[in-house]
Amino acid sequence: MLTLTINGVAHEVDADPDMPLLWAIRDLAGLTGTKYGCGAALCGACTVHVDGEPVRSCVMPVSAAVGSAITTIEGVDGPAARAVRAAWEKLDVVQCGYCQPGQVMAAVALLQATPRPTEADIDSAMTNICRCATYQRIRAAVHEAARLMET
Amino acid sequence: MLATLPRTPLRPSRRGFLKSGALAAVGLTLGIHVPTGRLTSALAAEALPGPFHGYLTIGLDGTVTVRAAHMDMGQGIYTGTATLVAEELDADWAQMRVEGGWGNPKLFGNLAWGGEIQGTGGSTGTASSFLRYRQAGAAARAMLIEAAARTWGVPTDGITVESGVVRHPHGKQASFAELAPKAALMPVPAEVRLKDPSQWRYIGNPDLRRLDSVAKTSGTQAFTIDVRLPGMLTAVVAHPPRFGATVAGFDATAAHAVKGVVDVVQIPTGVAVVAETTWAALKGREALAVTWDEHAAETRGTAELTELYRSLLDADGAAVARAEGDAAAAIAGAAKVVTADYEFPYLAHAALEPLDAVARRHLGKIEVWGGHQMPDLYQYLAAQTAGVEPKDVVLHVMMTGGGFGRRAVTDGDVIVEAVATARAIGWKAPVKLLWTREDDMKGGRYRPMYLHRLEAGLDAEGRIVGWRHRIVGQSILRGTPFEGFLVQNGVDATSVEGASNLPYAIPDLVVDLHSPDVGVPVLWWRAVGSTHTAYATEAFIDELAEAAGQDPLAFRLAMLEGHPRHRAVLELAAERAGWGTPPPEGRARGIAVAESFGSYVAQVAEVSVEGGTVRVHRVVCAVDCGVAVNPDVIKAQMEGGIGFGLGAILKGQITLDAGRVEQGNFDGYPVLTIDEMPAVEVHIVASMEPPTGVGEPGVPPIGPAVANAVAAATGKRIRVLPFSRNDLASA
Ligand code: FES
Ligand code: FES
Repeated sequence: MLTLTINGVAHEVDADPDMPLLWAIRDLAGLTGTKYGCGAALCGACTVHVDGEPVRSCVMPVSAAVGSAITTIEGVDGPAARAVRAAWEKLDVVQCGYCQPGQVMAAVALLQATPRPTEADIDSAMTNICRCATYQRIRAAVHEAARLMET
Repeated sequence: MLATLPRTPLRPSRRGFLKSGALAAVGLTLGIHVPTGRLTSALAAEALPGPFHGYLTIGLDGTVTVRAAHMDMGQGIYTGTATLVAEELDADWAQMRVEGGWGNPKLFGNLAWGGEIQGTGGSTGTASSFLRYRQAGAAARAMLIEAAARTWGVPTDGITVESGVVRHPHGKQASFAELAPKAALMPVPAEVRLKDPSQWRYIGNPDLRRLDSVAKTSGTQAFTIDVRLPGMLTAVVAHPPRFGATVAGFDATAAHAVKGVVDVVQIPTGVAVVAETTWAALKGREALAVTWDEHAAETRGTAELTELYRSLLDADGAAVARAEGDAAAAIAGAAKVVTADYEFPYLAHAALEPLDAVARRHLGKIEVWGGHQMPDLYQYLAAQTAGVEPKDVVLHVMMTGGGFGRRAVTDGDVIVEAVATARAIGWKAPVKLLWTREDDMKGGRYRPMYLHRLEAGLDAEGRIVGWRHRIVGQSILRGTPFEGFLVQNGVDATSVEGASNLPYAIPDLVVDLHSPDVGVPVLWWRAVGSTHTAYATEAFIDELAEAAGQDPLAFRLAMLEGHPRHRAVLELAAERAGWGTPPPEGRARGIAVAESFGSYVAQVAEVSVEGGTVRVHRVVCAVDCGVAVNPDVIKAQMEGGIGFGLGAILKGQITLDAGRVEQGNFDGYPVLTIDEMPAVEVHIVASMEPPTGVGEPGVPPIGPAVANAVAAATGKRIRVLPFSRNDLASA
């Protein structure tokens, strides 16, 4: 048994140490907001925060996350998270929505570190794949969220 | 998707609506069910009896739940269907909910496909729903008014409905929830009068927000992959490494030794490893040893197929899709002849939610959760696989994480696999069956590979006098239930759409086709035939304009006399893009137009080419899709279609080596990323024509618009796709 702290709650999980954190979060802790898209750190659908840093949980062994504070889309909160959600809803960013928990987690991490991101900051931080190509609205919503955080 | 399935025109039929009244009293405690639709004996309905589902329910909690005939994979049809109901019901937008309808082709049959079978595809959702869901809303509204009149002892005249509140001028008012139980007992009106468009407040409203934004940004939206059931197990399937191979035998000893693996079972498509977690299933599959019988497998690679297709460009016996006049003679007598060959690769859909389905036997029923794009068919296939009657199958239509055509399979692949696996383990647990990204990318059902040859003659004035278009590629429909009516005289309509209906006025023209048999499974891919035909024709038209020494826009317009909607989108896009004015320093523009699924889209792309890298900075898009039900969703679909199409044109290709697919994930099959997304401006042509679709039509023009811009910038015509196969550095 391993103990994971997810969204401030301790979860005892019966996982092999090499099980990716993604599957421990989804299958064992039962939090399904974090998505699987590639399993190879290529798409970002599985993005969570580990000790505040955005991490692609599909390639992080669960054993490496023991003792860390894991935040998922279900638990992410704070001014940046609220601003991001408000901006995403205002601009109707989502289409199929499958990538969006990961996009939101990436955007929150970006804005927490860089409250007024440039276009280049967005290009380098928002590398998550959106097959529906909602990128134009993602970009606009990140800027909108930055504005909302200032007010 | 089902691009060219027969279309029946939108025909207001209030009479048909009246006949369904007998069913209206169902479900009184739940509120109003208002079914509409035809009660003529629909064959599909007889064959696939299902439980009764109405179009909408008004709950005692005040919610209005619409049952949509079309599944939502991101295109926004749930929001669109709710818009139609809310408009005529005068509901409050906040009280609207949507779930996926199924199980009753009489209610949900796709009118654009003839109405006998439910399905999503061919960008038909809005067209098929436009009348019936407004009628349902209007009928429910009339029943609420009737209930209010009887409750208050007043005539119905003067009672108004606004934002979910029913009011009488003398001060009485009631919510839908209060009136619903009584309204359910009211007769369904014989006729309903739909609002005059001038009264619309939801239809055409650019400020209406999607109904699914909140759930999808908070992680609470459940997709099939998120279904959790007591005791549920997860399965992955070992599929053959080459298409057409089958299981010869397997040794599951090592797989069983993996902790968490519960069962290893053979199913028709491979060997399923069933485990307590996804990770255990994946490790179990890695440990599994399968031997394959490859005697019937496809063993050719892309190089061999390309060689075969090239030879077919010159081969006799092509099936003729369209022939007018004498193209060969016209070209022979032309002042100038231009020819070009184009190569299009196989493309994967690569929707972000991997293929998945959940199946269980529960309380005597077989339940299947999935992105059910053709529910009637899947109900039937699930029943057949489970060994039960279709009436004993219950479907759960889930919100779907992208589709792009991949979920519209006539053999129900992942659905059948889930049911087959659950049955193979004796129904002892619910089974979630998951394809990994690699399973999906290597699993076939690609946009077919095609080669095109175009040849045209210009007269001394630079007018096109003859046009020959040869297409070579696999038929999508051969061997499917659609073959009978969509493959005619050897021509698969999905192979030639966009080419055989070329809008330009050319007197002598021939479009023909070779459809070789290849063992690589193929499927419709967002915009289907027009994904390659629009590229070939619009890039070639641009070459001809250049050869004729004419402006590409003027050249097109001169040949579109009888096509005002093509003209209008071209002119609108050109005007907003500043066509005819110098582009910003270092950039060049290209233009293209395409009609697909009855919607007209023109795009102007503004690009630069630096060090061989194409950058698309800006795309101006004009769209005419008839009545614009949800303008912001239309814009989103154009933006998304442009991004989706652009990724494929720039770098998408699936290749095979000796029958094995060479790409497995987003590293080998790169897709568009945020830094490559152009600034897209969408302009919607105001129209009162019947609404047509927007899920696919944004895709076709982007490739040729960008190619034409690259040619304007560099002089180089890109005829081999994707762009990444071309060296533009030396251009
Ligand atoms: S699932 Fe982790 S990056 Fe794609
Ligand atoms: S919204 Fe569909 S993948 Fe991003």
